[in-house]
Amino acid sequence: MAVDLKGILSPFSALKQGVKPPHTVRFPREKKETAERYRGLHFNDLEECIGCGSCATICQNEAIDMIKIEGFETKDGDSGLRPRVDNGRCCWCALCVDVCPTGSLSLTKDYIYVTDDPNAFLWTPGVDNPDGKEKISFTSEEGKPLLDYQRIPMRELEGMERVKSFAEVVLGYDEEEARKEAARCVGCGICTEVCPVHMHIPEYIFAIGRGEDEAAIKIIYDNNPLGETCGKVCTRRCETVCAISKRGEPVAIRWLKRYATERANNADLIEEIVNPEILPPNGHSVGIIGAGPSGLTAAYYLSLRGFDVTIYEAKDKPGGMIMYGIPKYRLPLESIEKQVGYMQKMGVKIKYNTAVGKDITFNEIKEKHEAVLIGIGFEKPYELGINGEDAEGSIQAINFLRMVNSERPVDIGDKVVVVGGGNVAIDAARVSRRLGAEVTILYRRRVEDMPADWEEIEGAEDEGVVIHPQAIPLEILTDENNHVKAIKYANAEMIPDPNGGRPRPKIIEGDEHIIEVTAVIAAIGQGADYSFIPEDIMEKIETKRGRIVVNEKQQTSVPWIFASGDIANFRADAISAIADGYRAVKGIEELLLKKEK
Amino acid sequence: MREKETTLYLGPQHPGVTGNMMVKLKVAGDTVVKAETHVGYLHRAFEKLMEVRSWMQCFPIVCRICVPEPDPNEENLARAVEEIEGREVPERAKYIRVMVLELARMASILLWMGGQSGSAGLYTMPQWSVGDRDYILDLFEELTGGRVYHMYIWPGGVRRDLPEGFEDRVLKTLDYLESRLPDYDHLMFENAIFQKRAKGVGVIPKEKALEWGVVGPPLRGCGIKHDVRIDEPYEVYDKLDFIVPTYEGGDVWARAMVRRQEFEQSISIIRQVIEKMPKGDYYNKVPNPFNWIVPPGEAYVKTESVRGEFGYYVVSDGSLKPRRIHVRGAAYVHGVSLLEKILVGANIADVSFIMNSLGVCPPEIER
Repeated sequence: MAVDLKGILSPFSALKQGVKPPHTVRFPREKKETAERYRGLHFNDLEECIGCGSCATICQNEAIDMIKIEGFETKDGDSGLRPRVDNGRCCWCALCVDVCPTGSLSLTKDYIYVTDDPNAFLWTPGVDNPDGKEKISFTSEEGKPLLDYQRIPMRELEGMERVKSFAEVVLGYDEEEARKEAARCVGCGICTEVCPVHMHIPEYIFAIGRGEDEAAIKIIYDNNPLGETCGKVCTRRCETVCAISKRGEPVAIRWLKRYATERANNADLIEEIVNPEILPPNGHSVGIIGAGPSGLTAAYYLSLRGFDVTIYEAKDKPGGMIMYGIPKYRLPLESIEKQVGYMQKMGVKIKYNTAVGKDITFNEIKEKHEAVLIGIGFEKPYELGINGEDAEGSIQAINFLRMVNSERPVDIGDKVVVVGGGNVAIDAARVSRRLGAEVTILYRRRVEDMPADWEEIEGAEDEGVVIHPQAIPLEILTDENNHVKAIKYANAEMIPDPNGGRPRPKIIEGDEHIIEVTAVIAAIGQGADYSFIPEDIMEKIETKRGRIVVNEKQQTSVPWIFASGDIANFRADAISAIADGYRAVKGIEELLLKKEK
Repeated sequence: MREKETTLYLGPQHPGVTGNMMVKLKVAGDTVVKAETHVGYLHRAFEKLMEVRSWMQCFPIVCRICVPEPDPNEENLARAVEEIEGREVPERAKYIRVMVLELARMASILLWMGGQSGSAGLYTMPQWSVGDRDYILDLFEELTGGRVYHMYIWPGGVRRDLPEGFEDRVLKTLDYLESRLPDYDHLMFENAIFQKRAKGVGVIPKEKALEWGVVGPPLRGCGIKHDVRIDEPYEVYDKLDFIVPTYEGGDVWARAMVRRQEFEQSISIIRQVIEKMPKGDYYNKVPNPFNWIVPPGEAYVKTESVRGEFGYYVVSDGSLKPRRIHVRGAAYVHGVSLLEKILVGANIADVSFIMNSLGVCPPEIER
């Protein structure tokens, strides 16, 4: 047999390796630097994190738990929870990093971690490695974001086109746009917590995303019978805390709600879709004063629960402030009538043109019903308190809006000044533009201090409204017929508040100006008028700063009287009124049904 | 008199077995009379797990189906989903994917060199080849953030773009590995002991190979030219110039020589990729992973892994989760039925040696 001499000798060439230096790293004498994007241990910037739990949801190993940690409390926009990683389950795929909406979560350069603590497997990033920030390597900043940070834009009428009529400005999403926008949601539910009603936001958005619009409507009506109203005019605190908003534009929660509720375009269709369970009559009767959002909400859910409900409304149409206070280009009449029409089909009775204290006494209502809910809203405007306020052509914004919405003639001429910086002021200004007037808004503080919605402010500016901030009205000048002729105002400078509050405006002496006007519209706030409540009862109702004090179920200090809406909360928006109405249902149910036991 | 038969259990814990599986041997003297493969020690229910996970969550699971070469799994899942969705993949991503797949092939061949010669008692080779493999893992660490599980190829493209100057470091590593080939040859392939152990051992009859479903280097070692990269090119393999090495004989030696030449081909492929790779986008983003719905449909895709044709059958019912993901790896044939056939008549000492030559990867059998 031939000897394979080469085959025997050639392996000995390996001996030459003996004189070469080893290519291994002699740890710990030598260190090996990790790569720029190495996926090591987790680090969480605790201040940036909002505890949305997207990391825990995406983790396919279920290695992440959201836990309570010291120093972080639950607050609006922050669940107060932070992720804890079970390193025994983690596979370091870093999907948690890539889907983190705030970008707070990252992985570090750590190659090796040694400890004698067997529980160290449970790792709370940021707490267990506070120094991790210096060692960050794998982040979601690098690479394309996995989440969609750009909002699907809402189509609107052009600014100058808008002022020609009262047509609705916002045109709404079409089906494709709604699906796309809904798909941006991560479903964290941070929004649900801040919504006064705690609407099931991720659930209905998910349904919209899947093309299940009817399911979405059913979910919305579960705790908000005025979903369509909110879909158009809600102050949407949900969007201000949206997890996506930390690095992008928040999910258009309001517009999606609007999209879904508008699918049901008549009361019959709402009934068919929502098809709620209605309990048989329980023999109890509830009277509600005011057909505003809080009264309507309470009436709807009480009716579903078998109560006999009557609403007493002073005006000839339902809705209260949403009917008379919100201009039709934001919330058309037909929309309110459709929503209320559905409630009436569900058994809600509304007595229009029935002002309590005039057409019917409070005591009569007390006789007829076992419990009474007062939801009369703030209808009494505050006065400017300057000379000439009672002249002709000086009007209150609330009255002005009500007249316009009731299609009654209003003469404001062609040059209007609106005083105030809230939503009512902006509404009055934009309505005046539609009536053909040039409009200037005088506001005491800076534009960024305006309590109005920024979208409303921008909308007003797009339509040609001039905003004059830091301007304090001094006097309304009149002509010989006691008609408004001009308004005199002074410019103000902002003085920091030594107590840390917001800066206060101070008149600059001598910096006074006069604007010629045909009308002055005051919009500096409203209060409630309780004069219809008999004195002996009113004495027992506890009030604070013009509002009625209620417990968490809207019950006043007089057990059978409940209060809701603007007169019972400081938020003064529709969604808070709806929340009040929803809570009052529980209170009234407890009060009346417990009696039987 | 008939020689007494003894039952010998090789594995599931045995250094000579490639992973956790067991071969129940009936031996007469030193000769295997019957071999029975037993799997089930490693079942982690990957396929079933994916049915209750969202599409994005499947992506970190599939790489675990093969530790030494996880990337064909990522590639298959990505390509199947893209086929169902009709999602375009940027050209640059296709080139990057090929580079990753070929780097993984090289790393895997280096690991095999270690295992093959180690099971023949040549213990220097594993130290060299596993050490050299780490240079490739360094590249993976830099590119993907992970050394072993890369989690890098995903539906729509790849996860991150190449780091600054990465191509140069790849070329440098390729030059180094190429310079090492003569050393490997002297130590392993030219080694008289290795040749004596490998030639004529573990023979797959050429006429039976296709019938038995043999794929990859074992099939090419029977002289049959079959390679998914050439037969049904995916990504950009049709734009690259390379040959598919074949070798006659069907024995361990033939398979070894095929892999040895494939290593050189991979080096050449990666060099071409770096030369031809266009600039531009690397990822065509999928929808928000929390709401990602893949339209109803099904796809069967295959990739040439280092062990052979590797297939994925993916079914979507139009929901947030896959309806079914079926994984069909080469090891399913090589590690179960083929092994039982070609072990008969082998010497006990060759059992591990033969098993290594087939590149059996038990997680691929048990998904």
